[in-house]
Amino acid sequence: MANVIRTESLGIMNQSIAGQDRAPLDALLLYAFTGLAALGAIFATAFSDDRLFRFHGYLLIGAFVLAFGVLTVALNSGRLRSSESHYSDGVIRAGVIATMFWAVVGLLVGVVIAAQLTWPNLLYFPEHGWLNFGRLRPLHTSGVIFAFGGNALIATSFYVVQRTSKARLAGGAWPWFVFWGYQLFIVLAATGYLAGITQSREYAEPEWYVDLWLTVVWVAYLLVFLGTLWKRKEPHIYVANWFYLAFIVTVALLHVINNLAMPVGALHHRSYSLFAGVQDALTQWWYGHNAVGFFLTAGFLGMMYYFVPKRAERPVYSYRLSIVHFWSLIFIYIWAGPHHLHYTALPQWAQTLGMTFSIMLWMPSWGGMINGLMTLSGAWDKLRTDPVIRMMVVAIAFYGMSTFEGPLMSIRAVNSLSHYTDWTIGHVHSGALGWVGFISFGAMYCMVPWLWKKDSLYSNKLVEWHFWIATTGILLYICAMWVSGIMEGLMWREYTSQGFLANAFVETVAAKHVENIIRTVGGLMYLSGALIMSYNLWRTIRLPSPASQTAVTAPALIPAE
Amino acid sequence: MKSVWNKHGVLERRSILLTVAILLVVSVGGLVEIAPLFYLESTIEKVEGVRPYTPLELAGRDIYIREGCYTCHSQMIRPLRDEVERYGHYSLAAESMYDHPFQWGSKRTGPDLARVGGKYSDAWHSDHLIDPRSVVPESVMPPYAFLAKKELEQKDVEAKLAAMTKVGVPYTQGMIDAAQADLRTQADPFASSRDFRGRYGEAVLQRDFDGDPARLTEMDALIAYLQMLGTLVDFSTYEAEENLR
Repeated sequence: MANVIRTESLGIMNQSIAGQDRAPLDALLLYAFTGLAALGAIFATAFSDDRLFRFHGYLLIGAFVLAFGVLTVALNSGRLRSSESHYSDGVIRAGVIATMFWAVVGLLVGVVIAAQLTWPNLLYFPEHGWLNFGRLRPLHTSGVIFAFGGNALIATSFYVVQRTSKARLAGGAWPWFVFWGYQLFIVLAATGYLAGITQSREYAEPEWYVDLWLTVVWVAYLLVFLGTLWKRKEPHIYVANWFYLAFIVTVALLHVINNLAMPVGALHHRSYSLFAGVQDALTQWWYGHNAVGFFLTAGFLGMMYYFVPKRAERPVYSYRLSIVHFWSLIFIYIWAGPHHLHYTALPQWAQTLGMTFSIMLWMPSWGGMINGLMTLSGAWDKLRTDPVIRMMVVAIAFYGMSTFEGPLMSIRAVNSLSHYTDWTIGHVHSGALGWVGFISFGAMYCMVPWLWKKDSLYSNKLVEWHFWIATTGILLYICAMWVSGIMEGLMWREYTSQGFLANAFVETVAAKHVENIIRTVGGLMYLSGALIMSYNLWRTIRLPSPASQTAVTAPALIPAE
Repeated sequence: MKSVWNKHGVLERRSILLTVAILLVVSVGGLVEIAPLFYLESTIEKVEGVRPYTPLELAGRDIYIREGCYTCHSQMIRPLRDEVERYGHYSLAAESMYDHPFQWGSKRTGPDLARVGGKYSDAWHSDHLIDPRSVVPESVMPPYAFLAKKELEQKDVEAKLAAMTKVGVPYTQGMIDAAQADLRTQADPFASSRDFRGRYGEAVLQRDFDGDPARLTEMDALIAYLQMLGTLVDFSTYEAEENLR
C-alpha cells in the first residue's frame, strides 16, 4: 500500500500549490483511528461468547493490526505526504484492480448458483451448509452489486471529481481508508453470508456491526467527495458529480434507516429489525428499490455523464435535459418501492402510489438515456471504430430497455403474473449485466490507459471479443428468464376445464430445466468476457509506458464539458 | 425561460446547498408512503390468535433466516384465485406483526410457505430437509442433512427474547425467564406442558419434531417453526369485513 501511495499521482496540475511539506495530520489521525480500532476489536473478541461474533472479531483484529503495521512503516519512512500539485490516482488504480477482482468473483458465484439450480444432484453438499444456494445467493448479489459495482463507483467518482474540479482528492490518506475500509466491509459481509450471519434483508443482509462499519466508511467517503468539491477550481459542479453526490447521500440515508435493529447482545452477531411485518416490508423495499435507483442507477449515470462525452469527444447532448433528468429521477425513484409488494398485505393505497410513480419513472429514465445516446451525435462513426464506445452505448440501450420493462412490470395486473417468477430475475440481469456491467467495463477500459499512462489498450480485438461474447451471454440469459418466468407464472394460474389447478408446483420447477441450462451458459459467457477483459487490462498495465518521461505535457486537466 | 435555467446555477455552485436539496427531494416519497403505515389503524387487521413465537419456533426461524430460505420461498399469499386454492387463505398483515424482520420474500423458486404448517408430517419435513429429492424427485432445493446432527444452541435464547421485547414484541418477563425450559419442553412430548401452554396457548405444538428424542437439534427447531407457519389465525371464524374501516 505504501509503495502505491509513494508512486501515485503522475498527473500534473497547471499551477502548483504551496504546502507540500505540511505534516500529514490526516495520516496521523488515520493511524490513531486504526490503532484504537485494533484495540477495540481485540477486546470485543476476547469478551464475546458468541462463536460467530468471535469469527468476525478475529478478522477485524487481523485487518486493523495489519493496517496499523503498514501505517507505522509508512509514517516512519515519510511516505504519507500528499502533494497538492498531483491528482491522487493511486487509490483509483487500486480501485480498478479491486473492481475487476470482485467482478470475476461475483460473476463466478452467480454461475455456480445458476448451475446449482440446474444440476442440484451434482453441486450440493448435504454436510456443508455454507455451499448451499441460500448462503451463496447473497454472496452473489452483494458481490456484484456492492463489491464490483461499489468499487467501480468509488474508483470512478474519485477520478471524475478530481478531473472536473481540478483539485486533488481531499483528506490526504483518507481516500485510502475509504478504499480499504470498503474492502473490509465486503470481506465481512461475504464471510458472514457463508458462515450464516445475515439479517435476511435482501441487498442489506450484513448484520448490525458490519452496517455500523459501512456507515463509518460511507461518511468518510462523503467527506472526501465533498471536501474535493470544496477545493474545486471550476465555479460549477459538473453534472456527473450531482449524480455521484445524490448516490452517496441517498445510499447513506437508505442504509441507516433500513438497518435500524436491536442486537441480541453488544457482543452478539445477531440482531432483530426495529420494524416488523408490513412496516418492515415497505421499509426494506423502499431501501431495496432505491438500492437500484441510487446505487445501480444514479451512481452509474454519473459514470455515463463523464466517460461517454469524454470518450466520444463530444459535449453532453443537453444541459437542460440533465437538470430535468436529475431532479425528476431522484424525486420519483424514491416512491417506487411498493411495486415490490403488489397484492400483499401492504395497504392498497401504498401499492397504487408505488405503481403510479414507477410508471412516471419511465420518463426521467428515458430522458437520461436520450441524453447519453445523443451525446454521440456527430460521432456515430465511433460505434464502428471504437469497441469501448460501442460497449457504453449498448449499456445505455440496456438501461433504456430495462427502465421500460420495469414500469411495465410495476403495473399491478402485469405484476400478478411476473411477481415471484424468473421474469424478475431476467429483468434485474438486463439492468445489471447490460447497464451496470457494461458502463463500468467501458469506464474501466477508458481509465486504465489514462491512469497507467499508456497510449491505448493492449488489444482492441480482445475488447471486441469481450463485447460480443458478453452481449450474446446477456441475451441468452434474459431470453431464457423471460420464457421460464412467463411460463411458470402462467402454469401457476392454469386451470383444467373442470376448474382444478392444472399444475402441481413442482411441475413448474421441472419445466424450467432447459431455461436454467441456457441461463447458466449465458452467465458463463458473461464471466468469460470479464476474464478476457481482466487479461487485456493486465497486459495494458504491463505495456511499456511511452509517456513516462514526458509527464509534464500530459493533458490531465481538461474539464469534461 | 432562460432565467429559470440560470437559477440552477445557484445549486451548481454550492455543494452544501446541493446536498441539502438532494436530501429534501428524496425524503418526500418515504415520508408520504412509509410514515403513515405506523399510525394508520387500518394497516394491520385486528384478529384473534396471533401470538409471539415460542423460544423453539424463534430458534427455528433464526435457522430459516441463517440458511437463506427466504431467497427461494415467499411467505405471502396474494388474494388471487390460484394462490388461495394452492396455498390457503391470503396472508393478513396481522400474521407477520411479530416478524422482525418480515419474511415475505420476493421469489418462488420453491412454493410459498406462509401456510405450510400442518400440511406435511414431521417425518416428511425431516426426510425432505435431509434429502429433498428423496421425496420430491424434481426438486432443486439444497439438502440440509447437517441440521439433524447439529445440537441447537440454547444459551442465548433469553437474550433473543429480551431483544425482541425491545423492538415491541409482547414477551413477558415470565416468558423470558422460562425461555430455556420452554425451549426443551416443546421438543419433549413427555415434559409437563402446563406452564408452557399457559404462556403460549393451548394450540401450541409439543412433540419430538426431528424423530431423534435423545437430542435437541437444529432440525427440531426448524420443523417446529415450519409446522406453526400460518396456523395461528382460525379462518373458520375470521370475518374480513369486520376490519373494513
